[in-house]
Formats: sequence, C-alpha cells, structure tokens
Amino acid sequence: MYDTQNKESALSQDDIKISARNVQVYYGDNHAIKDVNVDIEDKTVTAFIGPSGCGKSTFLRCINRMNDTIDVARVEGDILLDGENIYDPKVDPVQLRAKVGMVFQKPNPFPKSIYDNVAYGPRIHGLARNKAELDEIVERALKRGAIWEEVKDRLTAPGTGLSGGQQQRLCIARAVATEPEVLLMDEPCSALDPIATAQVEELIDELRQNYSVVIVTHSMQQAARVSQKTAFFHLGNLVEYDDTDKIFTQPEDPRTESYITGRIG
Amino acid sequence: MTEASFDSQGAPARKRTSLTVTDERTKARNRAETRFRAYGVAAICVGVFFLIVLAFSIIRSGLPAFTQTVVAVDFQLSQQDFDEAEAQLFKTKAYEGFLIEAIRGKLEERGLEADFDAGAIERLLGKPGSTLREHYRANQQDLGQEVYFQLAAASRVDGYLTGRVTRDTLQDSRFLQMSDLDLIDELVAVGVITRSFNWNFITGADSGVDDPGGAGIGASVIGSFFMMLVVLVLSLPIGVAASIYLEEFAPQNWFTDLIEVNISNLAAVPSIVFGILGLAVFIQFMHLPQSAPLVGGLVLTLMTLPTIIISTRASLKAVPPSIRDAALGVGASKMQAVFHHVLPLAMPGILTGLIIGLAQALGETAPLLLIGMVGFVARGNPEGIVAGFTEPNSAMPAQIYTWASRADPGFYEKAWGGIIILLIFLLSMNVLAIILRRRFERRW
Repeated sequence: MYDTQNKESALSQDDIKISARNVQVYYGDNHAIKDVNVDIEDKTVTAFIGPSGCGKSTFLRCINRMNDTIDVARVEGDILLDGENIYDPKVDPVQLRAKVGMVFQKPNPFPKSIYDNVAYGPRIHGLARNKAELDEIVERALKRGAIWEEVKDRLTAPGTGLSGGQQQRLCIARAVATEPEVLLMDEPCSALDPIATAQVEELIDELRQNYSVVIVTHSMQQAARVSQKTAFFHLGNLVEYDDTDKIFTQPEDPRTESYITGRIG
Repeated sequence: MTEASFDSQGAPARKRTSLTVTDERTKARNRAETRFRAYGVAAICVGVFFLIVLAFSIIRSGLPAFTQTVVAVDFQLSQQDFDEAEAQLFKTKAYEGFLIEAIRGKLEERGLEADFDAGAIERLLGKPGSTLREHYRANQQDLGQEVYFQLAAASRVDGYLTGRVTRDTLQDSRFLQMSDLDLIDELVAVGVITRSFNWNFITGADSGVDDPGGAGIGASVIGSFFMMLVVLVLSLPIGVAASIYLEEFAPQNWFTDLIEVNISNLAAVPSIVFGILGLAVFIQFMHLPQSAPLVGGLVLTLMTLPTIIISTRASLKAVPPSIRDAALGVGASKMQAVFHHVLPLAMPGILTGLIIGLAQALGETAPLLLIGMVGFVARGNPEGIVAGFTEPNSAMPAQIYTWASRADPGFYEKAWGGIIILLIFLLSMNVLAIILRRRFERRW
C-alpha cells in the first residue's frame, strides 16, 4: 500500500481538508473498502480513478455519510474533516452534508423551478433572512455554476426542462448554494456529451478557488485535465495517491501503470 | 465480399434469398401475431358488449324510479265549500267528493263517460281527501283561487303505466279492478294522469314495505356521505403515515417483513370478516350505537386501510431514488427529503389509491349487514352533524339490498334506480381521481 504519511509531513496542517484513517466499508459480508488512508487538500481538485467496482464511489459517499442511507453498509475507521471525526456519534449527518456538498452521476434536479432548485438548500439551512438575500444567493450560486447567463430569464421554468449539461450545472449550482467547504462529484460528466463535459470541467477548475473538490471519474483524460491530485483505487484498496502529473507519468505501483496504460480495468 | 470468399473462410454456404419473398418462418410468425391480435380484439369486444348490456339494462330498469305517476288537477274551492266540508263528520270524504267532481268535470269537458265511484279514486290515489284538507287548512288564502295539485298515484297505477301491470296480469282486485284500467286510460287521455320527475326519490327517506312510491334514497346517500367522511378522515392520515414510515424510515428486518406480508393479506380478507370484527369490537365491546354511520365508517376504514397503504407504498417506491439523494445531498434531513420532495411526487398515486379505496368502501354491502345498516327503515334525514354520525341510518348499497329483498315489485325498480345513483357517485369519484392525477402529475 502506498504510504501517504511521508507526503503529509511536507504539507502544513492547514492545507489538509479531509483525512481518512484506516477506513473500512462493508456491504453486508462484502468488504468493499480496505484500509484506506488518504489526505485531501483544501482548494485542490482530487480525482479518484479506478476500474468499475473498485470502491471509489463508495469511498466518496463515506465523506458525506451518504452510505448511512444504505441499510447494509457499515463504515469503520475515522474520516476527519478539519480535524473533526465525521463518524463521531455526536455528528449529525445532516449538518455534515451542508458542509460537504455532493453532485451525482445523473443530473437530478428537483421537479421544481430553477430558482427553487437552487433556493432549496439555503431555505432549509436558513441562510437567507429575506427574499432579497435569497435572490442574491441564488444568483451567486447560478453564476458559480456557470449557468446564470443561460437561465436568468427563466428562473421560474422547471429545472427538469433544461438540457443534460445545463441540468448538471444546475445541480452544481444547487450544491454550492449552501456554501459547502467540500464538493464531492460522483462521475459528474458520465451522462453528458463532450461539449457539456468541457463546460463542467472548466467549472470544476474555477470551483477549485473556493472549495476542496473531490471527483470520481472513469475517464483518465478527465482526471488528468481537471485534477491536481489523483488517487488510484483497485479492488477496494487505495493503490497509489500522488500529484496527478506524477501518477500519469511515473506511477510507482505496477497496477497503476497497467491501468493507465489500458492493460487492466 | 463475394460468396467465394465466404467459402474460402470455411463458413457454411448461405442460400441467396430475396427480401421480397416471405419465407416460411416469417409467415408462421406473422400468422401467430395476427391470431394474437384477433384474440385481443375479441376479448375487448366481449367486454364492451357485456358493459353495454349491463348499462342498458340498468338504465332501462332504473329510469322509472326517477319518475312517478301523478294525478294532476286544477282545483278550486270556495270559502263556502270549505266551511261546509269542515262542518261534516267525515271531513276528508267531503274533500274527496270535491276532487271527484273536479275529475268528472275534466272528463265531461272532453265528452267522455264519467261513471266512477269514490272507491275507484281511492284505489287510484289512496286517500287524497286528507292531502287536500291539509293543504287548505294550512293555506286558507288559496280558497277561491285555482290551485294545481299533483297527487301521487298508487304503486299499481304506476305499474300499469310503466308496463309492469297489464290487463292480463291484473289479479288482485283489492288493489285495482279492470274498470279502473279503463278509467286510467281515459284520465291519461285527458292529461289528468301524467308522469313527473320524482324528487322524493333523490331527496327522501325509505318508506314502509307497502309504499314503494314514497321510497327515496336521499337518507341513505347522507348515511353513505357520513361514512365516507369517517373513512377519509381516518384512513388517509393513518394509511399515508404508515406507508411513509414503512417505506422510508422503518429498518428492514423480519418484523417489518411480517407487517408487510400481513398488510397484503389483509387486503385479500373478505369484507364480511371486517363486518363481524366491527360487530364484536365496536358494537358489543365498545358499545357504539348500532346501525350508525360512525360504526359503518370505522369498519370500512379497516377494510380500506390495506388498499391505501399498498397503493401509497407503490407510489412512494416509484419516486426515483435520485430525488432522495439530491435532497439529502444538499443537507435535507430524511423527513425534509420525504415531505418536501418524495411525497409531492407520490401525491397523484396516493390520491388515486385513496379515491379507489373510497369508491370500494362506498359500494361495500357485506360488512354493513352485520352492523345493522341493512333492513333498517330510515324514516327521515338526520338532524345535525352529530346525529348524522350516531343516529341509525342506512347506506346506499345497503338500501339497494333492502329494496331488492322486498316483495312489492315497485321496490324492484327503486333498487335499480338506487344502483344508478350509486354508479353516478362511483363514476364521479373515478373522474375526480383522473383529474387529480392529471393535475398533480409531474415529470422528472
């Protein structure tokens, strides 16, 4: 297993946003994630790559405790967000998810208006005191989601009426509207065409200035394009985690090399 | 690529076939499809045929219940006549005499024979004298004025006009004699006997076994209404809450599995079982009033709950999980995700299930047999809301059942008429279900 401890010493404690220690995930009897240790930096795009079923999405869903919604899933080990263990019994997953936003594989806007889609999070978290503030939050979120120009004249139109790429950017806008600190993206471009993908990738690069972004992707090109750090998962193990440039040029583990050169996966 | 190249690669030689010639396999396949379509069309035709026969026979048998035969006369009574009649010993007889004179006058105007006696009029109209007397005693200002009376004719006169009683089948002379039929024919000819719309059937209460003409379904419509109110108020919140808990919150274990299986089983339990349960629990143990819509509603609630729970769970399950993920992903709690997003999307299905459950309950007779809502003669409409729930009443299907089991053939058409009213309610509930589904339906 690749040792992240040495790398960590080079970084100051402030740069680490999330650190996972000995994380194990079981789906019933199936041991899906085996002993994962990883430190995810702030204001960085971290990509999780690996073949299907390697556990990268499962691990991603541990970071905002979405696995809690699956009855048979069991998580062991610690995941620290800013030094606090998110699996501490005192932590309410609902509060956690306000801090750690998520964008899903398939665009899943609510069947409501574009405005209501974005305003929903701020509303339930009480981020706006009045309509004017809410309007402002919605506008800012849509601008960050790089979709403001396209929808500003039809905020009352249903979000489900947008094209696939627009829907995904709306979902990103919805996720950033609650002012999260970390943004998790589970294969956000897998349902999109190349043009929409390019738009979303550009957006991810911009989001890096404010958030720690973790993206799961099947496309190694995408990982190479958008991320600064890359983690390679294989059969539930974190095989290698390093700077993206290094992973794609001089991987240390033979499995990583096989995967990025297309021999396994 | 040529055929030679296929051969050279060792592939079996392929026969050259034309696309314009249908081969045997395709022909057989096409025949099978044609046969299947024919079966489908035939099945639908049979279904539609029976539906039409059913609708036609219901309407034909039930429509006469909505009209009644009346003797309509313009009548004038002077103050002097009134005083004279009031001075006599048999006062109603005197009024009957005035009526007979008026009818005679009508016939003689048209040059028809008018030799009938008071007995004939009584056979046709019951005791019309008392109706007239009551009217004039209550409305003395009508004296000297011309008043238009519509007096309900006896059930057999009604039967004669609708074809239920004919000259051949006329047997019991106590009720109607052959000479009366001639009189009826004459009176119809001069327009004294006519048929008019029977409002009493829609608004009135049930009558005694010997008076089918006066029977109405109104009281039992109100009984059904109060029952449905009980069912709605109890089964909607209980059913929806139970479904949401089971579907969204309950842990998956042997206990919830057991509950689930039993709910499905309850939906298949014969309704009479719920009736006997209601009798034992609500009436004998809890001492709630017999024959009351409250008890009927409670029993029907038990019967409707499984239906509502099953349909609600199905529509909750049909909401895509991505919507739940989306809500949880922006930091909504489980309950917020369910109530803000899942429930509104499941609403059309829930409402449809609810209305179908209510319609089922509305048409249910068997459980009402056991709690005393059948065979009971509701003499009037309930007074006030509380009385509506607790006073003995009947329900529409129970009333129909009661009428159908009575001897007088006049009740037979009342039963059919009641079925028409019941079907109108059921149809409008189904239409409402469709409208609500269309209205709330959203795509995602």
